[in-house]
Amino acid sequence: MSLQSDNISWTSGGAAIVKGVTLQVPEQGVLGLVGPNGSGKSSLLRLLAGVRRGSGGAVLVDQRPIDTIGRAEIARRLALVEQHATTDVVLTARDVVALGRLPHRGALGGWSARDEEIVQRALARTGMTRSAGQSWSTLSGGERQRIQIARALAQEPRELLMDEPTNHLDIRHQLDLLRLLLSLGTHVIVALHDLNQAMAFCDEVAVMSEGQLIAQGKPVEILTAELIGEVFGVEAMIVRGPNGPRISFF
Amino acid sequence: MSGLTRARSGSVSGLGPFLLAGSVALTLATCCAVLFGEITVTPREVLSTLANRLFGFDLAVDPIREGIVWHYRLSRAVVAMCAGASLAICGVVLQALLRNPLAEPYLLGISAGASTGAVLVIVLGIGAGAVTVSAGAMAGALLAFGFVAVLSFGSGRGAERVILAGIAGSQLFNAATAFIVTSSASAEQTRGIMFWLLGSLGGVRWPDVGLALPVLLLGLAFCLYRARALDAFAFGEDAAASLGVDVARVRVELLGLTALLTACVVSIVGAVGFVGLVIPHATRFFVGPSHGRLILGSALAGAIFMVLADVLSRLVLPGQVLPIGVITALFGAPAFAVLLWRARGGQ
Repeated sequence: MSLQSDNISWTSGGAAIVKGVTLQVPEQGVLGLVGPNGSGKSSLLRLLAGVRRGSGGAVLVDQRPIDTIGRAEIARRLALVEQHATTDVVLTARDVVALGRLPHRGALGGWSARDEEIVQRALARTGMTRSAGQSWSTLSGGERQRIQIARALAQEPRELLMDEPTNHLDIRHQLDLLRLLLSLGTHVIVALHDLNQAMAFCDEVAVMSEGQLIAQGKPVEILTAELIGEVFGVEAMIVRGPNGPRISFF
Repeated sequence: MSGLTRARSGSVSGLGPFLLAGSVALTLATCCAVLFGEITVTPREVLSTLANRLFGFDLAVDPIREGIVWHYRLSRAVVAMCAGASLAICGVVLQALLRNPLAEPYLLGISAGASTGAVLVIVLGIGAGAVTVSAGAMAGALLAFGFVAVLSFGSGRGAERVILAGIAGSQLFNAATAFIVTSSASAEQTRGIMFWLLGSLGGVRWPDVGLALPVLLLGLAFCLYRARALDAFAFGEDAAASLGVDVARVRVELLGLTALLTACVVSIVGAVGFVGLVIPHATRFFVGPSHGRLILGSALAGAIFMVLADVLSRLVLPGQVLPIGVITALFGAPAFAVLLWRARGGQ
């Protein structure tokens, strides 16, 4: 296992948000983190990304505790895309993608041809080459997420961690973004709200509830009417459709 | 060079032209600072003085005029440069670190603390003559920063906490200053204090350069070293952390450094406002958002602005020197308004 958490806990302001989660991240494919609001999905992602430091347990990257690895080394290995990135700084789309090269350049390293090539490739892979010169503030929500993903790709990570990347998007852009994720072929760990999207786009899902990991496995095996009722408190029915199983709610 | 876009569309830009034009402007401003004042000296006298002092020549100059040029005006111009550059760098760093366009060097309670320290020395005679006003101001500034640092650290460490703690610290120390002045100061002392608070380069001599210049160079070098980390703060602290920046460490280092730079400036020239807030914004219009360029450009622009402000403070009212803080705001605000107005079209 190259990325895993071992009984990791995180406490904020006296409240336990993540309570002893032991998660094995599969070696490849898309892992979906699902769970109700406040179940600790975002916090767990931040712990896995090394942005937060656990109050107990450990996150292990290639068997090494993440706290013992330098910040830049982590950033070359794991990239995080947040729900809703905002800035007041006047930047172009390309400027934002170029930020992804920071962990590779250090404090004084110059801008190499390789850096430029990686930025251009990241823009191309996310379909944003034509918008590269556009100001960040003029991009739409979907374009901003694509640029953030391009920035994350420019970090050349082994794992891409994404915190509800579809949250602020309309349905068409949500689907666009998820298809883009699949097409990248990168190893992705993504927190998702929509259970049907988790069912359709994830190779594996991990279900969080009240700070604990309660199930992990193939979506069809895990996302049962029984589990959904227990965790989300809604009545659901799994319908076998032509495009695979779908969850209906009552 | 930089990973961030080199040329901004729609404005005359690039760091090279900016630094070149800035160097010429700084040289011209310094010439004005040395030539003009209550007594006007000739360029020939200035050149002779420089040749004598710097290169060991023995040219004939009136010793009084040589003294004015060397001991008063040149030292004063160099300190003005250092002060302007330091304040501008601090503004750039704080605006990036706290992600707040209103952040400025005095946000951390430093000018308020310095005022309290200075007033304690001037009015109450603390230190019985052994402590200078500058030393009192420095002690007050560092004390206030310590207070703000402890308060913000204890309350959760986010950028907003630092700002709120800074405001609380400033209010507290300003109130202390007002209390001391109203309860103990004579009319004469009050006027002196007011002048000091608005900034003055009147008492500046070469030994002040010995403090201001090394501190500026140290600060400039370190901020340039951290420029990339500041770029990473564009999308907030978590984003910076996920780009490989050790957020807690960078914040402590840079807040401490800006406190030191600001405290040095305030202890030498008083609390000159406006420079640290507006010079970074103005420079951004010309060189773009990348912090390596912005720090260099702002340092230069701040130096020019402060030297010019000093010249004006001596010339506006004949026979009288205005506090330099009055000039920086009185002439700086309209200039900034024009820049804002023109940038409207470019966005």
